[in-house]
Amino acid sequence: MMSAIVTVCRKEILDNSRDRRTLLTATLLGPLLGPIFFVFIFNVSISRATSSAEEQIDVPIIGAEYAGNLVAFLASRGIAASEGHGLANIDEAISAVRNGDREVVVFVDDSFGEDLASEAGAHVTLIYDESDTASGRRVGRVRGSVGAYSQQIGSLRLLARGLDPSVVRPLIIDNFDVSTAEERSSLILGMLTYFLLFATLMGGLHLATDTTAGERERKSLEPLLATPVSRSSLILGKMGATTAYMLLSLALTLACFAIAVPYMSIDDLGMSASFGPVTAMTAFLVLLPFAPLGAALMTVVACFTKSYKEAQSYLGFVILVPTLPLILASILNVRPSLALMAVPSLSQHLLITNLIRAEPLEASMLAVSVATTLLLGVLLAYAAVRLYERERILG
Amino acid sequence: MIEVNSLSKVFGDVSALSDVSFRARDGVITGLLGPNGAGKSTCLRILSSVLRPSHGAASVGGIDISDDPLAVRRIIGTLPHGAGLYPHLTAVENIRYFGLLCGVDRATLSKRIDRLVQQLDLGDVANRKAGGFSQGERTKVALARAIVHEPPHLLLDEPTNGLDVMAVRQLRKWLQELAREGRCILISSHVMQEISALADDLVIIAHGRIAAKGTPEELADRFGKLDLEEIFVSAVGGESS
Repeated sequence: MMSAIVTVCRKEILDNSRDRRTLLTATLLGPLLGPIFFVFIFNVSISRATSSAEEQIDVPIIGAEYAGNLVAFLASRGIAASEGHGLANIDEAISAVRNGDREVVVFVDDSFGEDLASEAGAHVTLIYDESDTASGRRVGRVRGSVGAYSQQIGSLRLLARGLDPSVVRPLIIDNFDVSTAEERSSLILGMLTYFLLFATLMGGLHLATDTTAGERERKSLEPLLATPVSRSSLILGKMGATTAYMLLSLALTLACFAIAVPYMSIDDLGMSASFGPVTAMTAFLVLLPFAPLGAALMTVVACFTKSYKEAQSYLGFVILVPTLPLILASILNVRPSLALMAVPSLSQHLLITNLIRAEPLEASMLAVSVATTLLLGVLLAYAAVRLYERERILG
Repeated sequence: MIEVNSLSKVFGDVSALSDVSFRARDGVITGLLGPNGAGKSTCLRILSSVLRPSHGAASVGGIDISDDPLAVRRIIGTLPHGAGLYPHLTAVENIRYFGLLCGVDRATLSKRIDRLVQQLDLGDVANRKAGGFSQGERTKVALARAIVHEPPHLLLDEPTNGLDVMAVRQLRKWLQELAREGRCILISSHVMQEISALADDLVIIAHGRIAAKGTPEELADRFGKLDLEEIFVSAVGGESS
């Protein structure tokens, strides 16, 4: 029995190594696209997270000449009036923002000085695009600074009338942001597991289909079923080959990450994220039980379907299933616990996030993760065997 | 020896085979003859234990196919409808895979594959991938695959499909040789000419039922006709059907 499983497994590995589609998905699509995409997103979000708080920004101020003190105040808070912005009136400002040429424009009326002096309420107009999330922080800074200028003048006016400015500020809001750079970045790093799981599944996607629905369509299933090998041995060999390709894909992905992570600007976040060869190998061991589980899951789905195409389209959805716990985890911001280790894919995600944060892995958690993942894998493999033993497998 | 007793197969509410009984003797070629959709492939699939019978029994080499399907599969070689080769594997790799699955050890296997490649004139394509093979090459490789473990029984589903005249003649000679070695060979076909040239015994099947059986001579006597094609048409119910 064992030698038949090995024979089937070796044949499927050889057969699929000659299939360009399999090789592309297993060795390029998952392993390379993931890390490249990841490095890109990582660098973009880090530069957004760190830069907009303190950076100097240039803002076109139409009518700056009517509000010299305001311009000076804004400049003291890192908001410089851009020179030669070429905008003459509010309509031009609106179209400049709408086109995306400018993120925010400040418009000051020529009556600003008079209105301010007469205490009639002077107007400052901010032109911005609320739907442009990237500019949100800068718009907020401009609005806050103009508001601060307004409050400063208001306070001076009250003082001039012999009143304490705090009379009109009954509440004082103190902001205390507890998020640290490390926590913000681990949210981003949490996406790493997503790419690892995705690449692992992608590596076996083609085999799970090819060895079941594909074999039936090529009409090689009937002679195979007529060989003196039990159907359970056949399907176990096929799942073995699928697992092998998934592990290959995973290993390549981890290697790519190990190479790519040093090029990410993690230091900007003051993070001690390490992703060297040792981390990569530990991550491989943590994810190892996930491969047979994924192979069994995909094989079960492929056994249900009637054709290669049908299998491929179902599997497109199925490979999203293991990523659902990850999305939930990042929304709910869950912490590792023994109970959560019973959820495959989530447990690997939490363990690997810990690993990247250079926090120690708890042996009990690792054990529960490995045991539950393997157990579910065995159950699914059993389901695949039962499906393969049905007469209908011939189609 | 293959014995089929009152075999029936039902798919949903479609009856593919009903009450089929016949016997295929060792050392001769038995032809399972019938029009398309008569139940020939279903019958062969049940004998190779890929499908289970709905009713009735069958045995191969004295082993009941329902009792011990694995033992039956050890003593049969099958050529299914459409060769069913792996297009990414070479001819030799396709044959070797099945030899290993049938438990032939590697040393014996290599020798046998060499011999089969020679016998079937596969030298040119032996190490080429099966994806580019002609129909004749595919059938020959599939035949080599069916016989690589030297089974005493052969179940061949329309083996001459798509072969040219020369290839059919070569195949016929080879099958007759295999029968002379004492093997029990069961061939399905819907082509009269090849069966008349090949089979010692005939089983004519139509609409899932046995229409007639016997040697070509017996059938000629019974139907009062000499031409096998005429016998066939009479047996399956005339031209109008």
